[in-house]
Amino acid sequence: MNSIQWQFPRALEDEAIYILRETAAQFERPAILFSGGKDSITIVRLAQKAFYPGKIPFPLLHIDTGHNFPETIQFRDWLVEKLGLELIVRNVQDSINQGKVKEESGKYASRNALQTVTLLDAIEELKFDACIGGARRDEEKARAKERIFSVRDEFGQWNAKIQRPELFDMLNGKINIGENVRVFPISNWTELDVWNYIREEKLEIPTIYFSHEREIIERDGMYWPFSPYLNTTEEEKPFRSKVRFRTVGDMTCTAAVLSEADQLEDIIAEIMEAKISERGARIDDKRSEAAMEKRKQAGYF
Amino acid sequence: MDVLRITTSGSVDDGKSTLIGRLLYDTKSIPQDKMEALHAASKRKGLDFTDLSLLTDGLIAEREQGITIDVAHIYFSTPNRKYIIADTPGHFEYTRNMVTGSSTAQVSLILIDARKGIVDQTYRHYFIANLLRIKHLVVCVNKMDLVDYSEERFSEIVDDFKQLTTQAAFKGQEVKFIPASSLYGENVVSKSDKINWYDGPTLLDYLEQIDFGHDEKELPARFPVQYVIRPKSEQFHDFRGFAGKIASGSFKVGDEVVSLPSLHKSKIKSIEKFETQLNEAHARDSVVITLENEIDVSRGNLLVKAGQEPEAKKEITAQVCWMDQTKLVAGKTYLLQHGINRVKAKVANIHSVVEVTTHRTREDVNELGLNDMGKITLKTASPIFADAYIQNPANGSFILVDEFSNSTVAVGFVE
Repeated sequence: MNSIQWQFPRALEDEAIYILRETAAQFERPAILFSGGKDSITIVRLAQKAFYPGKIPFPLLHIDTGHNFPETIQFRDWLVEKLGLELIVRNVQDSINQGKVKEESGKYASRNALQTVTLLDAIEELKFDACIGGARRDEEKARAKERIFSVRDEFGQWNAKIQRPELFDMLNGKINIGENVRVFPISNWTELDVWNYIREEKLEIPTIYFSHEREIIERDGMYWPFSPYLNTTEEEKPFRSKVRFRTVGDMTCTAAVLSEADQLEDIIAEIMEAKISERGARIDDKRSEAAMEKRKQAGYF
Repeated sequence: MDVLRITTSGSVDDGKSTLIGRLLYDTKSIPQDKMEALHAASKRKGLDFTDLSLLTDGLIAEREQGITIDVAHIYFSTPNRKYIIADTPGHFEYTRNMVTGSSTAQVSLILIDARKGIVDQTYRHYFIANLLRIKHLVVCVNKMDLVDYSEERFSEIVDDFKQLTTQAAFKGQEVKFIPASSLYGENVVSKSDKINWYDGPTLLDYLEQIDFGHDEKELPARFPVQYVIRPKSEQFHDFRGFAGKIASGSFKVGDEVVSLPSLHKSKIKSIEKFETQLNEAHARDSVVITLENEIDVSRGNLLVKAGQEPEAKKEITAQVCWMDQTKLVAGKTYLLQHGINRVKAKVANIHSVVEVTTHRTREDVNELGLNDMGKITLKTASPIFADAYIQNPANGSFILVDEFSNSTVAVGFVE
């Protein structure tokens, strides 16, 4: 199977653009939740296409945990500058200072769960009635059931049992006061679709997606990026190796994979190979990575 | 690469999960480790089959109760096509979920247990596929291994099913019968030696060659305006473009168009997709259309080709599927959303309810409850420009939204 011959199904782009336009039309103050990862970069590209030659009618909202990869922040600022976007940043550190959340302790400490509080505060403060996210149904089991327009209550909660049916392409964004909607334009995309889209659109992505040399530690059979934010034990000695990241989260909860892939084609080939390989190191990587993504999802969306 | 959407339904024991599992596994869309974990989890639960719902039933309530509550989406790809399966539960709020899952599907996959033949659920499934005018039906007679791969048994079931289709099929409907054993992977992705009397394609081979999407390009052109783009920038100072997704038919540069409801006419100046200028665009394309002259067009308006105008309707008779706990009663007002256009609508009359298993209608009704399918008449506050669903599905359906709860309470098919 040659990955290069796999094309991106363009019908998915038409669908996502339609969803973004509905979002702009049905809500008063929508925002794009931007993490700097490949999925939110894809959303920005789709928004650019949906409203061209007009500007993207949504600001980007970044919930900064303070534990981001510096490469991600650099990329974020570069993209905002290049496309002339409005960027709003809210910091988890502020929520900590305000005593709304408490920093976790121990070697697994991360700010992943804390960011939900910062996000909900930001939604309330900035009066966003719709937040556009890059979550996909293939990522995670609970997401497989989520709607494209997903209604949340005042506490940001998702009630799976009373979801509105979505028929044909008709989207119902009518909400009661206090409620808001999470919008998922790339619900029907898979990880491979996103990568093929990035390749065909020649999109720039943060450098950490590509193979690079980095200080890492090994823990629980995974490779963790060594950073000042990671609580390590005496035995965990950092060493240098060629790695890349398949998802971009915080430095405290995103595992690296050993990889030489420094081109998009190689990354796509790696992902496809991981799919068909029998149990082995790479599948294990993938599984633990899925757990990482899940944590990210639980906090963020 | 195109995207083929399939709807399927059934209970866990009819082999549906195993069949979907096969498609995923044999197209390498699920890693072996994950599949083995599923086998193991199914065994732990005391099941003698691989319960694919363990892969998709992500809601805690579902895992607790061992039921699928909602439509689950499953994805797989071949180098040729991307597939999306909307898998709907066979027992729980059947009609509502099946209609939802079918609304985006080009193919309806009906599974029949070779031992049991046609059962109530087969009738319901077929009824809904017909109501939604799904053109491609694949009837997969599964568990052939349990009837000794009997050609006679297969023919019996095919004949029984054909009795159904002779009564109800619509013009252009294509029904394909495939004998299979999903447990042994026979005729799902690979050909079976044991069913050598069948020389047709396997399920995947059949899905791979289904030709779809041409009809909607041939239909009258309909372009619901979603959003007006006015950049007012230096470079695009006078730009005024109408953004939307073509519902049906095709538009070309130079076409004479009419905007509804205003009836103002103009010509298409350009069709744009981001930085690309197109000569023409077709159903399902998300584009921006600019017009030769400055006529008043706003969100919710419909651009159509001159000479192909749909009738303005203020009274609509439609089949509806009721999807809410609160019942539909005559005299109540709802928001009717036709595509992206919303108008107030009052229920003028409830004519009948249809029993989806027997296809029988009853006329002594004054309300519709959850999962009921019935015929009603609505009066709208302003005209809508819908086509009859059977002529143009993309411009012939609507949803009803409750004005107080804001929930989507029904889907309707214009007659």
